[in-house]
Amino acid sequence: MASVLRVGVVTFPGSLDDRDAVRAVALAGAEPVRLWHADADLHGADAVVLPGGFSYGDYLRCGAIARFAPVLGPIVAGARDGLPVLGICNGFQVLCESHLLPGALIRNDVRRFVCRDQRLRIEARTAWTAAYRAGQDVVIPIKNGEGGFVADDRTLDELEAEGRVVARYLGGNPNGSARDIAGIANAAGTVVGLMPHPEHAVDPLTGPSADGLGFFTSILTSLVSA
Amino acid sequence: MIDTVERAADTPDEPQPYADLGLAPDEYDRIRDILGRRPTAAELAVYSVMWSEHCSYKSSKVHLRQFGEQAPRTDRLLAGIGANAGVVDAGDGWAVTFKVESHNHPSYVEPYQGAATGVGGIVRDILAMGARPVAVMDPLRFGPADAPDTARVLPGVVAGIGGYGNCLGLPNVGGEVVFDPSYLGNPLVNALCVGVLRTGDIQQAAATGVGNKVVLFGAKTGRDGIGGVSVLASATFDDARQSKRPSVQVGDPFAEKVLIECCLELYAAGLVAGISDLGGAGLSCALTELASAGDGGMHVDLERVPLREPSMSPEEVLASESQERMCAIVAPGRVAEFLAVCARWDVLATVLGEVTATGRLEVDWHGRRIVDVPPRTVAHEGPVYHRLIGRPSDQDGLVADGPDRLPRPDDLRALLLRMVASPGLCSRAWVTDQYDRYVQGNTVLAQPEDAGVVRIDEATGRGVAIATDGNGRFTRLDPYAGAQLALAEAYRNVAATGAEPIAVTNCLNFGSPEDPGVMWQFSEAVRGLADGCRQLGTPVTGGNVSFYNQTGATPILPTPVVGVLGLLDDVGRRTPMGFAEPGDVVVLLGATGEHFGGSEWAFAEHGHLGGSPPLVDLAAEQALARVLRTAPLRSAHDLSDGGLAQALVECCLRRDRGATVAVDGDPFVALFSESTARAVVSVAEDDLDRLAELADEHGVPCLALGEVTEQPTLTVVDVLSVPLADLRTASESTLPALFD
Repeated sequence: MASVLRVGVVTFPGSLDDRDAVRAVALAGAEPVRLWHADADLHGADAVVLPGGFSYGDYLRCGAIARFAPVLGPIVAGARDGLPVLGICNGFQVLCESHLLPGALIRNDVRRFVCRDQRLRIEARTAWTAAYRAGQDVVIPIKNGEGGFVADDRTLDELEAEGRVVARYLGGNPNGSARDIAGIANAAGTVVGLMPHPEHAVDPLTGPSADGLGFFTSILTSLVSA
Repeated sequence: MIDTVERAADTPDEPQPYADLGLAPDEYDRIRDILGRRPTAAELAVYSVMWSEHCSYKSSKVHLRQFGEQAPRTDRLLAGIGANAGVVDAGDGWAVTFKVESHNHPSYVEPYQGAATGVGGIVRDILAMGARPVAVMDPLRFGPADAPDTARVLPGVVAGIGGYGNCLGLPNVGGEVVFDPSYLGNPLVNALCVGVLRTGDIQQAAATGVGNKVVLFGAKTGRDGIGGVSVLASATFDDARQSKRPSVQVGDPFAEKVLIECCLELYAAGLVAGISDLGGAGLSCALTELASAGDGGMHVDLERVPLREPSMSPEEVLASESQERMCAIVAPGRVAEFLAVCARWDVLATVLGEVTATGRLEVDWHGRRIVDVPPRTVAHEGPVYHRLIGRPSDQDGLVADGPDRLPRPDDLRALLLRMVASPGLCSRAWVTDQYDRYVQGNTVLAQPEDAGVVRIDEATGRGVAIATDGNGRFTRLDPYAGAQLALAEAYRNVAATGAEPIAVTNCLNFGSPEDPGVMWQFSEAVRGLADGCRQLGTPVTGGNVSFYNQTGATPILPTPVVGVLGLLDDVGRRTPMGFAEPGDVVVLLGATGEHFGGSEWAFAEHGHLGGSPPLVDLAAEQALARVLRTAPLRSAHDLSDGGLAQALVECCLRRDRGATVAVDGDPFVALFSESTARAVVSVAEDDLDRLAELADEHGVPCLALGEVTEQPTLTVVDVLSVPLADLRTASESTLPALFD
C-alpha cells in the first residue's frame, strides 16, 4: 500500500481556519503538512488546502495580496499540472485572484457578515467531492462578509454547461451569489473553490453535521485512483 | 520646548492644565508632594491617565476589597484580582483565564471602532496572561429598540464586534442584547474573553531582573485614543460627542491576529520574562505597572517608540492608546531570538530600555529626562476615595409601586405572541449571525444556548462553559438582590449545560460615583455579589468597573454584568437547550411563585418598573445545579426573562419540536412569572423516575408538564395553542424589521 497521502495546509498571516483544516485532513485519514506563506516549497504535499481567514488582513481586496505569496508559486504551477487544490472562503478568493478559477467574490448583498448553518446541494463530481452522491443535500456552515460569487454571463453559462458548479445554496442565498453558486471547479475538476466551510462540519459535536468530511475523504480516493 | 525634570524644578509656578486632564486640585497637590516639585508635562500626562477613575479604581477600591475578603476558599484559583485576568485550574494541567471589561463611552462616540477595540483590549488582557484566547462574548445594552439613535449605535457596535473578532479567529459564543431607555445616551458595550494555557505557563506582568530589556512590540504608536481613560471613560457625557472622537482608538484586527500568534510563539520559546498589554493609558500604564510590580526601577528612551506620526510630543506618546501593542521584559541574551520571532510574523519590535535598580521610572526624550517618578505612586498608590453613599429618595416609592395594580391579560395566546416578538425577548440571530461561532473548531454550544461551551482539550474532551447575565431593572429595585440575581442566572445558565460553575468575573456598569444614590447602588451591588459568591463557592477572579454611565444627571439602570465560568470533564456530555425527541417528558424543576416586579411582562406590556425583584435563593440554585449536572437529561433550559412561556418557546424553536404541556393554578402566573432557581428540562420517559429521585434527593420541586411532540405546535392545555411557524415569525421578525 502506498504511504499516507500528504495534504498541505497553508498558513498566511491572518489565516484563521488553518488549524481546523489540519484537523479535518487528519480526521479524513491523510497526513496534514503545515505550509508557510513565505516558503515557496510544498514539502511533498500531494494536495493543498488554502484555508479561510483574512490573509494579510485583506484590507486591499480579499486574496489580492495572498496571490503574490511565495508559496503560491509552486501551488499555481502545480495546479496547472493537476495538483488538487481546495480553497475555502478566503482560499476561494485567493484562487480567483490567482486566476486558477474564474470570477470573483464581492461583498455580501446584505452588507453584513453572515454566519449560519447552510443547506447546500453538491452538484459536480470533482477531486474534492467524489465521496458525495450527485445532488446530495448537505448542511455546512458559511461565514463570510465577501462571499457573493460574480462572473459574466458567458462564464456562468460555461460553468453550468461544463458541470463545474460544485455546490449551490439551498433554502435561501446568503450572500447574493450569482445563480446561488457556493463553489466552482476548474475544467479538470482538481481545483475547487468553496465559500462554505466543510472543515467546520466534520464532527456533529462541534459543527451542525459531519457533512463536510466528504471533501477531505474525497481527495484520498481521488488521489489513490488517479 | 521640552519640559524636562530640570526645567520643572526651575519653574515651580508654571501653570499646568491638570483640570483639563481630569485631575482634581488636591490630586495635583499630591503629585507635587510626591515629587517634591511640580510634575513635568510628561509626568502630568502619566499621573492624570493612571489616576483616572478607569485605571485607579479610586471610587470603587474600598468596596471591591470585599471580593477578596469574602472569597470562598478554593485551590482552583491560580491568579486572582490584580492580575490582568483571573486564572483558574481546569484539571489535567490545564488552566483557564477569563475576564469581562467595558468599552461603553467609546462605543457611543464611534460605535464600530469603540466596540471593535473593546474586543481587542480584552483579548490582549487574556493574551498577556500567557493564554491562547479561545472564545469571546459580548453583553450589550442599548436604548429602546425603536429609537433613532439605537439604529445608529447598535448596527455599528455589532459590525465592530464582528469585524474585529471574526478577523481574530475567535468564536463568539454568547452574550446578551438588552434594550432599555436608560441606555439611550449611554449604551453598554461589555466584552468578555476566555483563554486557555498550561498551569505552569502563566506570565507575570512585572519588570524583574536588573539589566533585562524592555521591548515594545506590535503596532506603531499614533495619536488615536489619547485620554481615552480619563476624558472618555472617567467623566460624564455631554453633547460634545463629536469633539471626543479623537479619544476613541482605531483597531487593526490583522495586527492583533499576528500579535497573538507571535506572542504564543515567544511564550513557547521561553523568551518572555514579563509582559503587559497596552490598553487604557497606553505606555503610561504598561511601564509604570511593570516597574511597580517588579524590581521598581526602569529606564526608557522614549524617542525609540516607532510612531505613525513623527511630530507627536512625548506626552502624546505616553498617553496614546493606539491598539495592538504589547510590552515585554526580555533577558539581554534572548533579545536577538525575541526579535527574530517578531520578524517572522512581521511584527515590529523595539528595545526601549531596561530594568534598573534605581527604584524609579526614568524616561528620556532624546537624552533629556522628562519623567523621574517612583512607579508605585503612579500605578498602585493612587488616590482612594470614600464617596458619599445615600439611598435614593425615590427608592421607597419605587419599591412600594408594585406590579399588583397592573391589569392582567385575558388572552394569553395573544400575549405570548406579543411577548415573544418584544425586543427584550425576540430572537438575537440578527446580531449573533454576524459573529463567527465556528472558528477554531472547538465550539460545542453557542448562542442562543444558555451558555457557550468550548472544548479545551481534544484528547479528553475537557471543556468550559461560560455565561454572562445582568438585569438592570432588578438591580434598580434592589441593588443587593439584583447583583445576586445576575450571579444566580449566569450560574444557572452554566449549570444547565451540565457544567460545574467554579469562578466569576464581573463588569460593574453604574452612573457617576459623585452621586450618592449611585454609590449606594454600587456599594449594595458589590456587597450582594460578594455575599453571593461566598455562598455559591465561586470566587470573583477579576473584572472591571465602569462609572459615569449617565446622560446628564440621569444614571443608567445600575447594571452589574456577571460572568460565570464552569467546567465540563467531557463536552460530549453537555446538555443542549432544545427539545429533541418526540415522546420525551417535559419537566419543570423548581418552585414557581408570583414574581412580576421588574419582570419582562411588566416592562413590555405596561412600561412599568416597580416593586421588588424575584426572591433570591442561592441554596435552591445550588440544589438545582446539582440536579442539572447529574440527571440524565435530553435538554435543559433555564427560566428567566419571560418565565416558563418564553423558555418553552425557545426549547421548541431550537430544533423545531412541538410540546404539549399543562400548568397548575393561574396560567398567567405559571407561564409568565419570573421566579428564580427554575429550569425546564426534557428526559426520555425511562429516565423520568431517575430524575424525580435526584430532584427529591436535592429538595428540588419536580413537576412533569407534558411531552415533546413531532407536531410543530406549542400547546398549553386549555390555555393556548400556537403553531411553531407563527412563534418563529414573531420571534425572528423583530430585529430585522428594526435594523435591516
